Amino acid sequence: MATPEQPRENLGQRRLGRGAFVGIVAAGVGTLFAGGAISRATGKITRPLADNLGLAGIVPTSGWRIYTVASTMPRFDPATWRLTVGGLVEKSLSLSYADVRDLPRVQQVSDFHCVTGWIVKNVTWTGVRIDDVLKHARPTAAATALNFVSSERPYEDTLTRKQAALPDVLLAYELDGKPVPREHGAPLRLVIPDMYGYKSVKWVEQIDLVDVPEDGYWEQRGYDRDAWIGRSNGA
Amino acid sequence: MSSATGSATGSATGPAAGHLPGATPTLQPPAPVASAAVGPRYVRRFTRTERSLHWVHAAAFFVLLGSGLVLYLPPLSSAVGRRPFVKDVHWWTAVAWAAAMILVAVLGNRRAVARTAREVDTFDADDARFLRGNLNAPQGRFNAGQKVNVILTAAFAVLFAVSGALLWLGERDHAFRLAGTVFLHDALMYVSLVVLVGHLYLAVIYPRTRHAMRGITLGMVREDWAREHHAKWVAELDAEAAERDR
Repeated sequence: MATPEQPRENLGQRRLGRGAFVGIVAAGVGTLFAGGAISRATGKITRPLADNLGLAGIVPTSGWRIYTVASTMPRFDPATWRLTVGGLVEKSLSLSYADVRDLPRVQQVSDFHCVTGWIVKNVTWTGVRIDDVLKHARPTAAATALNFVSSERPYEDTLTRKQAALPDVLLAYELDGKPVPREHGAPLRLVIPDMYGYKSVKWVEQIDLVDVPEDGYWEQRGYDRDAWIGRSNGA
Repeated sequence: MSSATGSATGSATGPAAGHLPGATPTLQPPAPVASAAVGPRYVRRFTRTERSLHWVHAAAFFVLLGSGLVLYLPPLSSAVGRRPFVKDVHWWTAVAWAAAMILVAVLGNRRAVARTAREVDTFDADDARFLRGNLNAPQGRFNAGQKVNVILTAAFAVLFAVSGALLWLGERDHAFRLAGTVFLHDALMYVSLVVLVGHLYLAVIYPRTRHAMRGITLGMVREDWAREHHAKWVAELDAEAAERDR
């Protein structure tokens, strides 16, 4: 027990524990702000390590995290699945998976940035340009924006027609050469590489042409509608 | 009272001094237990408050680890689904953990908690030798490795709570979204997992140390075991007993 007079043998005692505790907490709090750079540096070591240990399929070494908002993840049934295009269009569309695959096929390689800080480099997306879908539906002059509705309700998000026409924006049905896996939005997801990932709606099943863009799922929670990487969300 | 105890402790450390610097180079043999014939004697290592804190923390950690891995690992996330529910389990377990830890510490034996904190805070020359690999350096109620474990666990608990709260807030308002929150929360998990594996090995498997499990579950440990692993602490107990006998 501590006493005013310490026994002789305890003279070497030093109160180091509290300093260590404060030091670790301070280092951790620093990581909150410098975490992006530290994560990229450590990733160069941990990623090859996990790949060599055969953990690549379990631990999210490739960088992907799977975020969902509903209690169940949509399941793709090729027999019943349809992509509908409606709203301010001359002709509403209801496309089967085969119909979508028959549209002109495009491919692009881009980095995927999540707003929470993780990045997946060099993702190969294959799919269709949005304009190649829209030209069959013929949007009216009043249509200024597109609302992408996910079958994972209530997730949705909006792009202006100008944003949707950017050359690297597409509705993807393949990820890295394979059909988009369920957790990445099978069978069809939006990809807009210049914006944070929450704009790239997964499980797209409906596109509505509208005259006034509306806030998407995360925008209703304070995130920016124009989610340009490095130029939005307080960056 | 305090001055009397102080002088008594000072003089009573006479016999205990044999366990201290002079004896250490010669791998101090465990003292024979006088009452071995009537079964082992036990000494109280942890109060009910300390044990409660340990098990509240441990139980919450396992629930948080399990639910956290479901949220984190893509194969598990896909297999389990129900992400909002798993998030709720994770979040409310953390809230319950914090509340329970505070309640136990405040309503329990605060002196015991303060004493543990003081012991964990204090490192001496023997602790330094222990950490450098001389496991025969005489140790107090906590050996130096256990002190490091407590400090790490406490600091990590604070950082887990801070980064977890920021993740929760960041989903509701992007002003709380910081560049490294996800990285910090994940990195803490990985390091904690390594520390946990070592902790479980020493607590459950390694024969020389696993008797410590009795102390953290029932409170008491065998005196001869304590004398071997925590010589300075038993010397303190001897001194207190001598003081009482006086």
